Amino acid sequence: MSYQVSEAAVEIAGLAKSALSRRRLLQAAGIGGVAIAATACGASGSDAGTATGAPSAATAADLSDTDKTANWSNWPLYLDINDETGEYPTLKAFQDANGIAVTYTEDVNDNNEFYAKVRTQLEQGQDIGRDLVVLTDWMAALWIENGFAQKLDKAIIPNGKNLIPRLADVAFDKSRDYSLPWQSGFGGLGYNKSALKDTLGSDKMTTLDQLFDPKLKGRITVLSEMRDTMGCIMAWQGNNPSDFTDDQFSQAIEELTKQVDSGQIRQVTGNDYIASLESGDVIAVIGWSGDLFALGEDFGFEIPESGGMLWTDNMLIPALAAHKKNAEMIMNYYYDPKVAAEVAAYVNYICPVEGAKAEMEKIDPALAASEFIFPSAATLDRTYVFKALTPEQGDKYEREFQTAIGN
Amino acid sequence: MVVAKRRSRTGYLLLFPGMTWLAIFFAIPFVTLFMTSLQEPVPGKMGKYQAGFQLSNYTNAMAEYWPQFLRSFIYAGIATLLALVIAYPLAYFIAMKGGKWRPLLLVLVIAPSFASFLLRTYAWRTILADEGPITSFFNALHLLPDDRILNTGIAVVAGLTYNFLPFMILPLYAALEKIDPRLIEASSDLYSSAVATFRKITWPLSLPGVVAGTLLTFIPAAGDYINAELLGSTKDRMIGNVIQTNFIEFRDYPTASALSFVLMAAILVMVFTYIRRAGTEDLL
Repeated sequence: MSYQVSEAAVEIAGLAKSALSRRRLLQAAGIGGVAIAATACGASGSDAGTATGAPSAATAADLSDTDKTANWSNWPLYLDINDETGEYPTLKAFQDANGIAVTYTEDVNDNNEFYAKVRTQLEQGQDIGRDLVVLTDWMAALWIENGFAQKLDKAIIPNGKNLIPRLADVAFDKSRDYSLPWQSGFGGLGYNKSALKDTLGSDKMTTLDQLFDPKLKGRITVLSEMRDTMGCIMAWQGNNPSDFTDDQFSQAIEELTKQVDSGQIRQVTGNDYIASLESGDVIAVIGWSGDLFALGEDFGFEIPESGGMLWTDNMLIPALAAHKKNAEMIMNYYYDPKVAAEVAAYVNYICPVEGAKAEMEKIDPALAASEFIFPSAATLDRTYVFKALTPEQGDKYEREFQTAIGN
Repeated sequence: MVVAKRRSRTGYLLLFPGMTWLAIFFAIPFVTLFMTSLQEPVPGKMGKYQAGFQLSNYTNAMAEYWPQFLRSFIYAGIATLLALVIAYPLAYFIAMKGGKWRPLLLVLVIAPSFASFLLRTYAWRTILADEGPITSFFNALHLLPDDRILNTGIAVVAGLTYNFLPFMILPLYAALEKIDPRLIEASSDLYSSAVATFRKITWPLSLPGVVAGTLLTFIPAAGDYINAELLGSTKDRMIGNVIQTNFIEFRDYPTASALSFVLMAAILVMVFTYIRRAGTEDLL
């Protein structure tokens, strides 16, 4: 999504928030043009090699004890909100308990776009005015590698031990010294159940063969996040998105080009596909799990039989952040299983906190059983984390992808 | 003498705010952009660039993106023509027949601009939706190659035409409104037909408005990327989309700057050629 578009999205979301229910907000977001959405999560996969030899991030004098504030940048609709008051219940509880006033801003709509916005300041060693940011794996890797993220003081984050083991050791941050997951999610097939039944005769979409069925010509979209779209296609071609060759990537690009040229794929979008699904112009998509759940009963989401994508968004403390300790206290707070369950009940994404499932039983047993919030090992086995790419590979693949989609 | 001198100093003083503004927000970024467009990659450091004189940034960018350039000028050209065809009769009506309703009619022309450009473009997605009345109507006549309007070039041109229409109407109105009605009366007194009057009197006198209107429509339309992004498909990308992708997705600032520069230069050349041919320098 374009920069300008998402900026407006943030504004519109802000305006809408106080007055509208979450469901209505989604619609408003759709109409208003927005790159918004429940999901708003960027691409998938953990890229970039290891963090060894990462330059250490600059630190600033920590004002946390005297200045009880913190600035937090997150994706839209990624934190529980009270539709009546416009307050974030969990965040408010944190503020009341700790006396720290948190300025919560939903200004991350796209990893690349957010990075483009703050990059110059980061490179010139200036404070970007944020104490906590949430970025997808591969972008988090890039920040850590470039020394844009500060090392966490684990003494202030005792709840960090609640991180689920699966995410405790990732290539870009071996022992989670710099980052903590916020939520994870799936990239897979989303669809309008009744429209799918009318066109394909089935109200469930489980394969990319169905997605690329000529009967859906011009009625499908795929994500502009290279890792999700290309990952799903590679898996469908029988290759492994976590470990593939240049040739296999090119093979997937060929397929994408074919589907774009034939007119099968109508458009390649960010969160914008939500509006197109709602208006009925689009019947099926490669999209993100949480979005489709937020859209409600009429829409479905499936991890493709050939395999879907799994990504994680991570909390980081930017270099020179002035309220590092306050930010760490926020991290600690959200790793309390009870709080994590409250957030997960709202955002419908995969919760990275151990023990949250038991807490969720008390809130809503149905959600506790959801494979998309607390996936079983069997479900996770059907997904891939996108291969870690070197910056050169990342650039090469992104360019091939953009060329295939008309840029 | 003294008075004259003081007056000229006042002139410079009046120019000062405007010139400062231009220097800070136009000249300096312009130079920076030009320098960036010639940067070369730092060897072995992905995504880092240093000052240089890499002319190949321009040739490579053109070799790769000429189709989007061409498409931008074609789409903007068609949109400008359509806007002229729609705006001229409208402006004529308001100027000549509007009477006491003129102010109201003009406000109506500008009124849509009170809503955000983005929101209005989004509204077009609803208007042109696949199941919407407009698409259904044209589909019933089997006039649409893809059975849809949204996410095609047609939608992009329609969006551009709509979004920049006021910029066509206002200068046309200003030009038409200035025409002395006695000239038209005199023309008919001399047994000129209505067509001949229009051709010999109204049209030539409205030319400054036509030139200004076409420029004000064509220039922003050629550089626009919102309409292509929201109303087009992957096959309708314009040069603005490509510049955006290079800046934000690839972080390839030199290529993006080179493209921006070529776009500016191309538009300047076109504008000068056009003004030369239209022969109405006095309007600038």
